[in-house]
Amino acid sequence: MEKNDKELSIELSLERLELILVKMESGEVSLEKSLVLFEEGMDLIRECQNDLKKAEQKIEHLIDDSRKIDGSEEPD
Amino acid sequence: MPEHRNYLSVSDLNSKIRHSLEKDLSSIWVKGELSNFHHHPSSGHMYFTLKDELNEIRCAMFRANNQFLKFNPLDGMSIRLFGDLTFYEQRGSIQIKVSIMEEDGVGDLHKAFEKMKAILEKEGLFDKKYKKVLPRYPKKIGIITSESGAAIKDIFNVLGRRAPQVKLILKSVKVQGHDSSNQIAKAIELFNSKNCADILIIGRGGGSIEDLWAFNEEVVARAIFKSLIPIISAVGHETDFSISDFVSDVRAPTPSAAAEIAMVSQDAILNNLKTQEKQIIDLMMLILERYWLRKDQLERRISISKPQARILNSLESLDKYYERLIYINKQNFSRYRNNLESLLKRLVGLGPDNVLERGFSIPTDSKGNIIKSPDQIKVGDTFNLKMAKGSLKGKKI
Repeated sequence: MEKNDKELSIELSLERLELILVKMESGEVSLEKSLVLFEEGMDLIRECQNDLKKAEQKIEHLIDDSRKIDGSEEPD
Repeated sequence: MPEHRNYLSVSDLNSKIRHSLEKDLSSIWVKGELSNFHHHPSSGHMYFTLKDELNEIRCAMFRANNQFLKFNPLDGMSIRLFGDLTFYEQRGSIQIKVSIMEEDGVGDLHKAFEKMKAILEKEGLFDKKYKKVLPRYPKKIGIITSESGAAIKDIFNVLGRRAPQVKLILKSVKVQGHDSSNQIAKAIELFNSKNCADILIIGRGGGSIEDLWAFNEEVVARAIFKSLIPIISAVGHETDFSISDFVSDVRAPTPSAAAEIAMVSQDAILNNLKTQEKQIIDLMMLILERYWLRKDQLERRISISKPQARILNSLESLDKYYERLIYINKQNFSRYRNNLESLLKRLVGLGPDNVLERGFSIPTDSKGNIIKSPDQIKVGDTFNLKMAKGSLKGKKI
């Protein structure tokens, strides 16, 4: 599935964050690698927080054929 | 006085009425709701009123006929009866003389429900092993309900507050009456064929068993079972259980509850993120600590020849890391500064000169390499012992 940059993927971000924390806890990463992971982790956290705070709900009607309604996108 | 009119007596009239009615309306089946029910203890005769929303009629079921009744008639019951319309000439009143009385509607529906439930349960449609786990963070939630019902309002309300980042896709269907179950089943299939939702909520607001009946029908149960998308069933009130509740992956007592189950609240996610932020900073600090306290790493970096220079280098690197950390997290600056300063102190305290002051010696071989194990030199080789004040020469024996 193509990744839509605008589409919020909290699931993926949170999964990645979890993985980063586990790696850092394991004690098996070098200091340099730890700092890289740390920065990535902090970025993910900030991103998720921002995306959540400015999210607006989209409500769509499911239709049977491929006609578009009011210019809204057809569900993939 | 007008002569050409034909005047009937009341008796004639009533007689005519009787003949007319009883000719056309004997042996009739009638459905309606029971009310004003009386069972006379002495005669054994039953007298009651049968009604619908607008009209009513008196009925009598004499003992000869009612003694074989298989159920207890109660006010409010829906019943079917077979009998003859009778007209009592003396009083000019009408009554149905009932020969057969049966429970209708609700009674049958309850039986049908139990029957269908047993069949599907035996087939395994309710088994736990088929129930799918709901994704924790759905991006799209599909909703199958009436767009003008109470359920959709509740769901939008809850999801609007909790999870504005989730896309909602509504497929409006009839939730009662003719064709409702087919529409519901088709909607489930549609979401599946387009694969456009991570979770489906199907349901409706409260009502009688007749109103909720569509959600007890086999076609809906099978559509739910076949669905690859997890389904939350939210039919009626908390005390209403429908077959779709049993087949679905999760049952919600109400539509609002379904919305809450479908998506973790935004607040919960934000709280988690705060905790994880603290966690990651703590971990980073821990890693820094561990790194600098590893003695053998320290010894590798600090050689006997230029101890001061090496320590200085290490301190420089630490400063760099220290600055990067501050840059990344200005708010927690003071706390971490304290941590790092105490780390620095310990680092300096571990420098070789300090070690020597405490009475330790550093052995080196003839080439100047630090000896860490007796096996590093052969018997007869000489070694040097550097101490705080001077050095000693020795030989392995």
